[in-house]
Amino acid sequence: MTKLKVGIIGSGNIGTDLMYKIERSPVLEMSVMVGIDPESDGLKRAKRRGYEIISNGIDGLMERLDLVDIVYDATSAYAHKRNSDLLTAAGKKVIDLTPAAIGPFTVPPVNLKEHIEKSNVNMVTCGGQATIPMIHAINRVVPVDYAEIVATIASLSAGPGTRANIDEFTSTTSKAIEVVGGAKKGKAIIILNPAEPPIIMRDAIHALVEEEGHEEAITKSIQDMVVEVQAYVPGYTLKATPIFEGKKVSVFIEVNGAADYLPAYAGNLDIMTAAAVQVGNEMARHLQREKEVIS
Amino acid sequence: MTLNILDVSLRDGSHSVRHSFTEDQVRAAARGLNAAGVRYFEVSHGDGLGGSSLQYGLSATSELKLIEAAVSECTTSEVAVLLIPGIGTKQDLENAAKLGAKMVRVATHVTEADVAAQHIELARNLGMKTVGFLMMSHMAPVEKIVEQAKLFESYGAEIVYVTDSAGAMLPQDVTNRIAALRQSIQCDIGFHAHNNLSMAMANTIAAVEAGATYIDGSMRALGAGAGNTQTEVMVAVLERLGYETGVDLYKLMDTANDVIAPIMQQSQEVTGSSLTLGYAGVYSSFLLHAQKAAKQFGVDERDLLIKIGQMKAVGGQEDLIYEVAQTLAR
Repeated sequence: MTKLKVGIIGSGNIGTDLMYKIERSPVLEMSVMVGIDPESDGLKRAKRRGYEIISNGIDGLMERLDLVDIVYDATSAYAHKRNSDLLTAAGKKVIDLTPAAIGPFTVPPVNLKEHIEKSNVNMVTCGGQATIPMIHAINRVVPVDYAEIVATIASLSAGPGTRANIDEFTSTTSKAIEVVGGAKKGKAIIILNPAEPPIIMRDAIHALVEEEGHEEAITKSIQDMVVEVQAYVPGYTLKATPIFEGKKVSVFIEVNGAADYLPAYAGNLDIMTAAAVQVGNEMARHLQREKEVIS
Repeated sequence: MTLNILDVSLRDGSHSVRHSFTEDQVRAAARGLNAAGVRYFEVSHGDGLGGSSLQYGLSATSELKLIEAAVSECTTSEVAVLLIPGIGTKQDLENAAKLGAKMVRVATHVTEADVAAQHIELARNLGMKTVGFLMMSHMAPVEKIVEQAKLFESYGAEIVYVTDSAGAMLPQDVTNRIAALRQSIQCDIGFHAHNNLSMAMANTIAAVEAGATYIDGSMRALGAGAGNTQTEVMVAVLERLGYETGVDLYKLMDTANDVIAPIMQQSQEVTGSSLTLGYAGVYSSFLLHAQKAAKQFGVDERDLLIKIGQMKAVGGQEDLIYEVAQTLAR
């Protein structure tokens, strides 16, 4: 089976980490890295690894559309709108890692199949990717009236974009907790911790369920979901055991990254890029199946 | 010399009453503070706007209702709110401003001021008195505090606070930090104490002597951990030192006695566990959560707090308490 060609726009932390993960995909082929700064570490690394590089952004990519089938956008919400319009009009699939959320929120173990045919899908936020599978795991046992997540990440792993737009994390994640996680109401909190050595990403998920009890079934559902997430983020682990207190369920997660580009503590970057590659893989398999049916 | 007294009973005290303030309680306290001539007082969930949560405790009454009630009791005093980016949002700030809040303290961990740029800018655009609040100031060296205070000032903060969230600082620590800020920034400087090591009043004097002109207190020390510098004591002490506060001491004492004392759920004296907060450098609002978790998992709350201090937890990480308690119980 021929692999689908991948372009990445945005040569920062996320884009560069994605490049390494795509190299391991059985169905995707890293093709081109698109940036706006020829001196960026991401573009230099891509060049060294033998990929095409474009340093004049989306305009440059639009002249080389033959290089891509699927494009990952790791720029900013602001830039994403135009990138997406241009690329989808040209028939390319777009996977959005910015907070723009033009396409539907996608969390692989929860709703990837639903959105596999969409031209643009959004990867929510790092906190969303880490916690929404847990909310869904609770909600599929007992309906969740309210869910709240607290993501604590190492200061070093929060780039300038995240810092300048911290409210976007909060509002996008809260919305996705409802839309994808299934909670009737969602809330998200993010905390930056500057400790040295850097702390590993941790997430607390607190949910209020419709009725008490079902502890065994909820715990089993959570453990099953942890295994599903581990399939693409091996460092995703349950810390302690879920705590039940009346209708309240608390779950604690730690996310160790694969250390492809940033060190392992940056599980927050890792879970975004790993989830995005999962989406790309499934899209590629789906497109290949369609092709086979037609031919 | 005139000092600005800022009372935080209706915000920091929210921790101590497990976020149970009612509209009537807030009205009565607001009336008293206004009558006593306290220029600013803070009303919000203990963790600031948007803090009502399972992680920190749900507010029994919406903070917006409480802010609105407080504002309606003021003729000369002004209502301040706390906003911790990552917990509260710009939208929350706009809502509070619409209800009449006139000051916001935008709080970040002492090394993370750059997450607050947008909120400070918005506050200035809303015409609010705008404060940058450096929490857990004991965790950073003087140079770092200067660097972060300059960031706040560059975003538009009019006052920068050194905040001893863990009640871990000693007078010399306060003097060093405030004096360095006085040398390096133009804007006003504030200080917020916690009394976990019984140092709140001494630290407040050190801050004022080093150049701080905004000083926080809570009536009856109703604040997280062992509470803050006790506002009514602070007013008396500062007057004895020759500073003007513009506060009517008797009226303030009356409010502390008649309004605050009856709503206290536990005494604010320095206990083994609040002492451990200061000793281990742990965020003061962890106190009641640690007591609960220690009981739930049968561990010593002091061991729990010491362990959390070693893990260098920052404000807001209350979830860590339950996880660590579970681990210690094994």
